[in-house]
Amino acid sequence: MIRLTNLTKHYQSGDETVAALRGVSLAIAAGEFVTIMGQSGSGKSTLLSILGGMNHPTTGEVEMAGVRLYDLSGEKLADFRSQNLGFVFQSFHLIPYLTALENVMLPLAITALKREAKFEAARRALDQVGLGAKLDRLPNQLSGGEQERVAIARAIVNRPKILLADEPTGNLDTRLSEEVMALFRTLNEDGQTVVMVTHNPDNCAYADRTITLRDGLIVPNAELPTARLMATA
Amino acid sequence: MKLHNISLNNLRRRKAKMAFLTIGLMVGIATIVTLVTLTRSMAGDIERKMDEFGANILITPRSNDLAMSYGGISLGGISFDQREIREADLALIHTIENNRNISAVSPKVLGGIKAGGRDALLVGVDFESELRMKQWWEIFGAAPQGDGEVLLGSDAARSLEVMAGDEVVLNGETFRVAGVLAQTGSQDDALVFAPLKKAQMLLGKEGRITLVEVAALCSGCPIGDMVVQIAEKLPDAKVSAIQQVVESRLHALDQFRRFALGVAAVVVFIGALIVFVTMMGSVNERTTEIGVFRAIGFRQSHIMRIILLEALLVSLLAGLLGYAAGMGAAKLALPVMTQGSTAQLVWDPAVAAGSVTLALLVGLLASLYPARHASRLDPTEALRAL
Repeated sequence: MIRLTNLTKHYQSGDETVAALRGVSLAIAAGEFVTIMGQSGSGKSTLLSILGGMNHPTTGEVEMAGVRLYDLSGEKLADFRSQNLGFVFQSFHLIPYLTALENVMLPLAITALKREAKFEAARRALDQVGLGAKLDRLPNQLSGGEQERVAIARAIVNRPKILLADEPTGNLDTRLSEEVMALFRTLNEDGQTVVMVTHNPDNCAYADRTITLRDGLIVPNAELPTARLMATA
Repeated sequence: MKLHNISLNNLRRRKAKMAFLTIGLMVGIATIVTLVTLTRSMAGDIERKMDEFGANILITPRSNDLAMSYGGISLGGISFDQREIREADLALIHTIENNRNISAVSPKVLGGIKAGGRDALLVGVDFESELRMKQWWEIFGAAPQGDGEVLLGSDAARSLEVMAGDEVVLNGETFRVAGVLAQTGSQDDALVFAPLKKAQMLLGKEGRITLVEVAALCSGCPIGDMVVQIAEKLPDAKVSAIQQVVESRLHALDQFRRFALGVAAVVVFIGALIVFVTMMGSVNERTTEIGVFRAIGFRQSHIMRIILLEALLVSLLAGLLGYAAGMGAAKLALPVMTQGSTAQLVWDPAVAAGSVTLALLVGLLASLYPARHASRLDPTEALRAL
């Protein structure tokens, strides 16, 4: 499903070249729930942005759903994101002047679907995250947890092959974090591939696998609780 | 949900900014509409006034002149083969291609007569067209109303020792002096003006015309062409343009146009600057939002369409409001600018279409760079979180 081969990413900071990733190779199977852990500056956000087709690696290859991602031109890459990827951002990044329903419909705005089909898909996604009764609320009329759910509904509305999440619980309290993680787990159990960057080790308990990054490299044999390990226990 | 819903919702949300943008562009368009309309209305008014200052085409009988000199001494000249203009031919002047530009045709017959025992120069005129053409004339008394009345120049009245209301004998026939002209400083002061038919009879020139003055009413109309057209109709006449009048008229109009063009260019530039700065600010404020659009798969062209659609809607509104405001301002300003003259406001659909087109053009062109800038934002940097 996802195959990363010897990825490197260097940034230029003044005269200095900073290596954010220093040869990451990784395979994620379809339907897998993977969390990526690591301290600030470990390269996990860079890895996620490369997975999202938004950040060209310096070297290495990214193959996703049978497509070599960075062989695609800019507009084709945008089309790939639209058709295959869903994003959940740490700060939700809902569009403040659109209602919950309109925010969820946003990825469908550039599709050829009819108005009714767009509406139905968005309503279904909001139902799935438990917000079917708050379609017409603006983001500032929703709680933090509800905004996160709208962001998740927006990410899954076009039924993406891969759901990418960047610190989705970073702005939520413990109870809301658990609710949101349970929702991700439910989506994954329904067959959704999930790749999530997180600081919180507790979130790893919901994943099938956790990858730990340190200084731009994957830490081998890092032991963290995962859903599969917990189930075995 | 379509792209235009995003543009419309954004405009609704940012009412204050969009109102500022609309007003900025609207003021520019309104200024241009006001200037253009005022200029055109005033040009029309000036044109009318200038036309009132006299004729700009002179028609005289064709003759062959021969200058005579011998041994360096000028002996004057002689005219031979003198032709004449028939009164019946005057109607042909109104059949020229540019006949709509003819404001007044004033035929005249000239000749010497005995007035109260003295020699005087009699001019037979059509008083209606003569008075329309020479609106600077100030008459003590009244304009002649019938065949039995004449109008005297100030010097002629003094010489004949008559005033308005008195009687004067011309070639043995008695006429009532209906009015006397105030001093004009021109040849008119020494003349005796009589109705054309009566003068022709007194001078024995029935059906003949000595000269015709034509006032052409036009804004930069082809006086030269009109001269040629009249000459073709009247082959026995010599037709010439009074160049000074034509040139001063064109010069005055040209100055107005240049002034309006200069101000319009400055205003358009300022309007474009306002649109550019506001749209650029709007794009910078919406960096995260644009990053989200890009992350979820919007193409660069989709982002450009969103931004340009917003600019188009604002520009359209600014164009329509600008036209309305501009015409309103022109209507209020015209009486002040023309100091209460009878200048008419020019309502031209082309100005309405032009103002909307200009607003759209300025709005879209000034938004092109901000839209392109927005579409090229790096989604990773735009979101920062990723």
